[in-house]
Amino acid sequence: MTSMTFGRAITAGLRRAMEQDPKVLIMGEDVGKLGGVFRITDGLQQDFGPQRVVDTPLAESGIMGTAVGLAFRGYRPVVEIQFDGFIYPAFDQIVSQVAKMHYRTRGAVKLPLTIRVPFGGGIGSPEHHSESPEAYFTHTSGLRVISVSNPQDAYTMIQQAIASDDPVLYFEPKRRYHVKGEVDEAAAAQLPMGAARVVSEGSDVTLVAYGPLVPTARDAAVAASDEGVSIEVIDLRSLAPIDFATVEASVRKTGRLVVTHEAAQSGGLGAEIAASITERCFEYLEHAPVRVTGFDIPYPPARLESHHLPDLDRILDGVDCVLDRPSSLSGAVSGSAAG
Amino acid sequence: MHSPVRHPENSGSTPTDPYVQLITPDGVRTPDPLYDRWVQDIDGARLRELYIDMAVIRRIDTEATALQRQGELGLWPPLLGQEAAQIGSGRSLRTSDFVFSSYRENGVAYCRGVGMEDLMRVWRGNAAAGWDPYTVNMAPTQVIIGAQALHAAGYAMGITRDGSDDAAVSYFGDGATSQGDVNEAMVFAASFSAPVVFFCTNNQWAISEPVTLQAQVPIANRAPGFGIPSIRVDGNDVLAVMAATREALDRARSGNGPTFIEAVTYRMGPHTTADDPTRYRDDAELEQWRAKDPLSRVQALLASMGLFTDEFAAEARTRADTAAAELRAACLGMPDPVPADVFAHVYSEPHSWLDRQQEQYSRYLSAFAGEENRK
Ligand SMILES: Cc1ncc(C[n+]2csc(CCOP(=O)(O)OP(=O)(O)O)c2C)c(N)n1
Repeated sequence: MTSMTFGRAITAGLRRAMEQDPKVLIMGEDVGKLGGVFRITDGLQQDFGPQRVVDTPLAESGIMGTAVGLAFRGYRPVVEIQFDGFIYPAFDQIVSQVAKMHYRTRGAVKLPLTIRVPFGGGIGSPEHHSESPEAYFTHTSGLRVISVSNPQDAYTMIQQAIASDDPVLYFEPKRRYHVKGEVDEAAAAQLPMGAARVVSEGSDVTLVAYGPLVPTARDAAVAASDEGVSIEVIDLRSLAPIDFATVEASVRKTGRLVVTHEAAQSGGLGAEIAASITERCFEYLEHAPVRVTGFDIPYPPARLESHHLPDLDRILDGVDCVLDRPSSLSGAVSGSAAG
Repeated sequence: MHSPVRHPENSGSTPTDPYVQLITPDGVRTPDPLYDRWVQDIDGARLRELYIDMAVIRRIDTEATALQRQGELGLWPPLLGQEAAQIGSGRSLRTSDFVFSSYRENGVAYCRGVGMEDLMRVWRGNAAAGWDPYTVNMAPTQVIIGAQALHAAGYAMGITRDGSDDAAVSYFGDGATSQGDVNEAMVFAASFSAPVVFFCTNNQWAISEPVTLQAQVPIANRAPGFGIPSIRVDGNDVLAVMAATREALDRARSGNGPTFIEAVTYRMGPHTTADDPTRYRDDAELEQWRAKDPLSRVQALLASMGLFTDEFAAEARTRADTAAAELRAACLGMPDPVPADVFAHVYSEPHSWLDRQQEQYSRYLSAFAGEENRK
């Protein structure tokens, strides 16, 4: 076991993948000498050379489209999108080309492309630097979407993503890059890439999170236990496909479901999870599933982001709701007008 | 991959490719048969004003950088070294022209009449846009690289429809010329003969990437392939930039369509206050460019004309210091946004999804009434 930060764990995973397969290439803006704006590729160009760690022109559609061509030629490109909000110029290539090539060619062409995206808010950045665009991609068939929440998963899952013959979007919660944790470097690829993880067990409420909000969800569970409420926290890890079996098993036990994410609520992953779980185990539910999410707004300016992002208190408010306690969502907060 | 990545050494695009220059780095006014006519009206007094403008925006830049270091701004993209490009072009526009810029053209915004508080609003993290675009005829600063080039082309298409002789101007960097948007903007502008000036500030770097990763020949050479005339100009020479911009604006106003300007300059500081340029560029390069400083050459020229007197130097300093003090006061005095701002202006008409969320959130906040832990 080695103790390392989240960011370093991704670097170590990338390094491992590059050592093991000479067809693995890293491409993106500033990934070479600078090591990326978050330094995730730091030192890799030095060690593997500019042929394998490629600083590209400043053009996301160009990066993604040429990665498709490289994949045709047998390479396994790992593309870095500098910030979440800059993936949209590449959106057409991702949804129209990357996602569909295998289907269109009836499996003849594989697109083992990994798209790394530092995503989410909480770091006080200007606009376009804090977005949570995952739902656009989970809605697109042909793509796998994962989001890691801790150094061990970061290390393991980047290697799984690169090894996968399908295109994978790998969402990195940028506000957690500096969080430290133990990483077992021998433990790579033990689990299938799609398996969710039970972070902490509980019996009253199932709380589903992924990426940046997993630590927040865990903190909420600790805070709730002080009040005698037992929360089971699940880290989805894979957003497409979702490991519903794990969530379902938990909800059958607890009878209550809260889903939290930073992305806007409407048409988001929380809706997908709430609907799917309702379909699968309606008779076990004691309350309708509740979503605690970002609002349906463009990501707000830095000085307002604390209002937008779900935090421990807002998650506990959602937990109160599924427990039929007064909450802002049920509309029965004392001292305020009922809504 | 068989063909190697091109490295700076292999590139045809270097700052020594020819460009329009009217003032040498030593401050000597050199005649130019084609471009002198555009700046004939710039006498000593006007040159002094241009110098003061540059001194003021340099001081604004230093003050904003200091405010960022003091934790008062979230981020700041310095313009140090690019004063001539911004003032020379910005002072060539008329009020009714319309500017679409990137995040770095704070000096151009100053020329448009943007106030200090409005200039700071975005960088302090209070708002996504600092000013009302229609009061200063300048769109909000653009973070998405190159997107604004298309907006300028479209605005210019509107100008043509309206039968006006205004122009639209789009500012972007050398890196931006790699984006589809910038290239598509040139296609549209050329096809519709739109009165737009594409002003490319080639400051040699796109964060850590040298311009040679974006272009193998001078960037100004790209536009003619779209059918757009281009001018390569010394971007550290305020007069040359002004001459080029005025020529381009004249072409636009007289119905002759777009022009592409490449202003060859250098970003002296970091890309933003979050960047560390020592990781990717060496000091020797910086020193080379220091010798081409846009302010010192005008100072030398004014001195040779007997116009850089002690009083004038003092006046320039006072104007710059006053601007800095105003900037600091405006920044520190800016009220914090209130929670309701989160929901404001997402739509122009009521929206039931959002209304419900706002109602729930205000109920949530009211549960904390009297507590200090949320504001
Ligand atoms: C579409 C998009 N991709 C990436 C970025 C991140 N980014 C911000 S500035 C920058 C470099 C821009 O260089 P250039 O166009 O030369 O302008 P400069 O900053 O040098 O003025 C990059 C890559 C972005 N803002 N937008």
